Amino acid sequence: MSETPRELSERKALVVNPAKTCQPIGAMYAALGINKCLPHSHGSQGCCSYHRMHLTRHFRDPIVASTSSFTEGASVFGGRSNLNTAMKNVFKVYNPDVVAINTTCLSETIGDDVGSMVAGMDIPEGKTIIHASTPSYVGSHITGYSNMVQAMIKQLAQKDEDSNSEKINIIPGFIDPGDIREIKRISNLMGIPFTMLPDTSGVVDSPITGKYEMYPKGGTTVEEIKATGNAKATIALGSFASKEGAFELERQCDVKPYVLKTPIGVKATDELIMQLVKITGEEVPYALEEERGQLVDIMTDTHFHFHGKKVAVFGDPDLVIAMTEFVLSLGMKPSYIVTGTPGKEFNQEIDAILEDAGVEDVKVKSGGDLLELHQWIKNDPVDLILGNTYGKYIAKEEDIPLVRFGFPILDRSVQSYLPIVGYRGAMRLIEKISGVLLDRADRDSSEEELELVM
Amino acid sequence: MIDKNLLDNLLDVYPGKSMKNRKEHIMIKDSSQEKQHIKANTRTIPGIMTNRGCAYAGCKGVVVGPIKDMIHIVHGPIGCSYYAWGTRRNKARADKGGKNFINYSFSTDMQDPDIVFGGEKKLKQAIKEAVETFDPEAISISATCPVGLIGDDINAVAKEAQKEYGIPVLAFSCEGYKGVSQSAGHHIANNKFMSELIGNREREVKKYSVNILGEYNIGGDAWEIDRIFEKIGYEIVSTMTGDGSFKDIQAAHEANLNLVMCHRSINYIAEMFEEKYGIPWLKVNFIGPKAMVKTLRNMAKYFDDEELIQRTEEVIAEELAEIEEPLARYRKLCEGNTAFLFVGGSRAHHYQNLFKEIGIEPVLAAYEFAHRDDFEGREIIPEIEKTADDRNIPDLEVSKDEARYRLRLSKERYERLKEEMPLAEYEGLIADMEDGKIIIDDLNHYETEVLLKALKPAVFGSGIKDKYVAQKMGVFSKQLHSYDYSGPYAGFKGAVNFARDISAGINTPTWNYITAPWKNEPEIEAELGGAS
Repeated sequence: MSETPRELSERKALVVNPAKTCQPIGAMYAALGINKCLPHSHGSQGCCSYHRMHLTRHFRDPIVASTSSFTEGASVFGGRSNLNTAMKNVFKVYNPDVVAINTTCLSETIGDDVGSMVAGMDIPEGKTIIHASTPSYVGSHITGYSNMVQAMIKQLAQKDEDSNSEKINIIPGFIDPGDIREIKRISNLMGIPFTMLPDTSGVVDSPITGKYEMYPKGGTTVEEIKATGNAKATIALGSFASKEGAFELERQCDVKPYVLKTPIGVKATDELIMQLVKITGEEVPYALEEERGQLVDIMTDTHFHFHGKKVAVFGDPDLVIAMTEFVLSLGMKPSYIVTGTPGKEFNQEIDAILEDAGVEDVKVKSGGDLLELHQWIKNDPVDLILGNTYGKYIAKEEDIPLVRFGFPILDRSVQSYLPIVGYRGAMRLIEKISGVLLDRADRDSSEEELELVM
Repeated sequence: MIDKNLLDNLLDVYPGKSMKNRKEHIMIKDSSQEKQHIKANTRTIPGIMTNRGCAYAGCKGVVVGPIKDMIHIVHGPIGCSYYAWGTRRNKARADKGGKNFINYSFSTDMQDPDIVFGGEKKLKQAIKEAVETFDPEAISISATCPVGLIGDDINAVAKEAQKEYGIPVLAFSCEGYKGVSQSAGHHIANNKFMSELIGNREREVKKYSVNILGEYNIGGDAWEIDRIFEKIGYEIVSTMTGDGSFKDIQAAHEANLNLVMCHRSINYIAEMFEEKYGIPWLKVNFIGPKAMVKTLRNMAKYFDDEELIQRTEEVIAEELAEIEEPLARYRKLCEGNTAFLFVGGSRAHHYQNLFKEIGIEPVLAAYEFAHRDDFEGREIIPEIEKTADDRNIPDLEVSKDEARYRLRLSKERYERLKEEMPLAEYEGLIADMEDGKIIIDDLNHYETEVLLKALKPAVFGSGIKDKYVAQKMGVFSKQLHSYDYSGPYAGFKGAVNFARDISAGINTPTWNYITAPWKNEPEIEAELGGAS
């Protein structure tokens, strides 16, 4: 990144080093959270390959998806015949229970009506096709995730009038399977029956067994998705990724939605647990109380590692919002907060958190990019960068420690297996952040200043 | 040996039309037949789970993107630019006093209104901002799917910007739906290079001057080749395009020989060079010591200078002596095994020798997007019929550049050399494979899975999308696109790196742990549940 000029220039058209990607990859990820589901990309095949590659690099696990493989002819005359052929081949050769179709900028621009195409199709018995419109020129991959979750609910959820389910729906947002496992563990500890939708744990973090399973054990089943309409309430974690799905279920089946932050850090995790208590009347078990106490104990023990340190946070909006609150709770000072995903709600939520903490002079931007973040850092450096792998270019150029979080992480392993959410996830984040800051102190100290105990 | 029933059974699952189609893309090498044919470069079957990408990936991602000192603006929604950001390991370092944008991603990030009202205005503004922010010496524009559909004229925008800013601005109409694969993008890039880039700068070159065509410096491959060439005394005028600079490419017409590594992606330029400037091209292979030695000897013979030939032999002897011991050591860890190769349009052939040199036998070779000439050899070209999908990718007509055309060899010598080396010739993958080995075009997920199970190779050389599929089965998978973040693999030192990585992968202790001990040893010593 040595070509980045210090001097800022106003840019209206050119995005350099984006802090977002396009819709269909988010829809593909959401679809993988359905049991025995094959995501399908209705467009030219380049998109599908790119999305599979990118998810594979992040999870280091096979990511399957099929494509309509548009040619120039189909791009002019419409992709109906491509989609028909694709579905015939998909069910015969790959035999999924569900196909979840997303669209690309190609099929959206030519105006293919996938819904009517699917309605006119001969679908094998017992099989399901769902579809979401995911134009790449609107929003980001988070919008795509949200659109696919909304489509799952709109096209599958039902309400049985005589049903009296005690279940809670949880829409986890665009987070790693390790995080989903942690949210499930917390719910289980509280004795709350729930449906996680979508649930990529057991799909994109599958074990090696010597036998390849195209559809691993994990994922929410179609039956479970249908039954979300009978649930007592829906908890949507992360407003950008999850609230539309929850609102859809309210419209359709009158299930009450609660939109919360992604539970990163003590405060957001407290809010999730308190909400679960309020909805279900269940008590918080000692195991969780102990974890929380341990976390606050650690935060107290280590506060001087963090106090006053300046941080830049970038990534997807729900995670960045929650992370901002977390770094404030550690006594750090956020300097720059950026997401590539557009939406003024981002600034509103961040501003509310900053105001609450009494922190001023923070640069906050939605629809921003990493070039601008880099330029801000050049002009006024920070002590730490929190973001995805692409942050490493800035980190190296400016010699600033980076803690990787969010999507994608392409240059480290294990992250998708272990949580950053919940009290346990917060402990892991503290270990990481503390680790890089103290490693830096060790590296920079002279021999006589080197501390044994820190 | 390969069971012929395997392939018949393989096809059984397909619906009728798809079965008929796939049958023509799969063959078993049989040298008792006079000439074996394969179908290639045809449409992908929808829903088949192809590994193929698109024309944009072939143009911007492969050929144009590695030029380090240009700003490559992707005109489209954000995804296309984002996914090609840093993911192909075409390494580059800045030339002295030059710029290097290789770690950057530039996009017009088209939004809804740009689709509705057109994106030309935004593209113009983006170019202006690129110039103001980075002061680049050249810019490229790559089109993505919606650009062609909404009718943005990127060529007109490029022309206007070139005039306004006084720097080269090249527009590539590489919409993702063009052609049937990455291959269309290669062709589109080649055409533009020839018509608007090459030949725009004059410079003096030495006698032993070459261009390296179709070498993208993955993991530093081109740097290892440079090292060897410089040791012998060659001058590299340009490399297309690994660690490439657009100024070097502008002067490429001055070189005295073109070396073609990746035939598929660059043969168009090689042919046009010969036609327009009289520069002959030689098919080379830098992968594996034997192929490298052959390449170096052919080059020396081409230039026909005693001193050069002698220097070549000295360098070969030195280099071989250096790698002999480590290569033998790794060979011991690898030999007696088999490999299954599935790469884009070139490496499934070029890596065969290297595998053999470390004692591993390739039993299957497949391409994503090669054409029949890459399988069957260039002699088949006159027989290849154009399809509706090819016709949209125009062939660029070039003619002799009277002022600069220069015969590098006499006609007689050219013909004589043609007998001895692949001058303007490529014999293809099939010729190099042994009888009974499987050859496949546009291999898909299903076929990969079945064939991996049936052939149980020790190494699956492929890409990121199917790497973990193989490894879940307990088969080591080596990425032959990204080299699994290692390299270089080209040249002499590269062969040792490759052998080290393959032996590490085959012999990693983890393969012993896949089955949990309780799955193997069911004997239970303790009493269950206190029952007696």
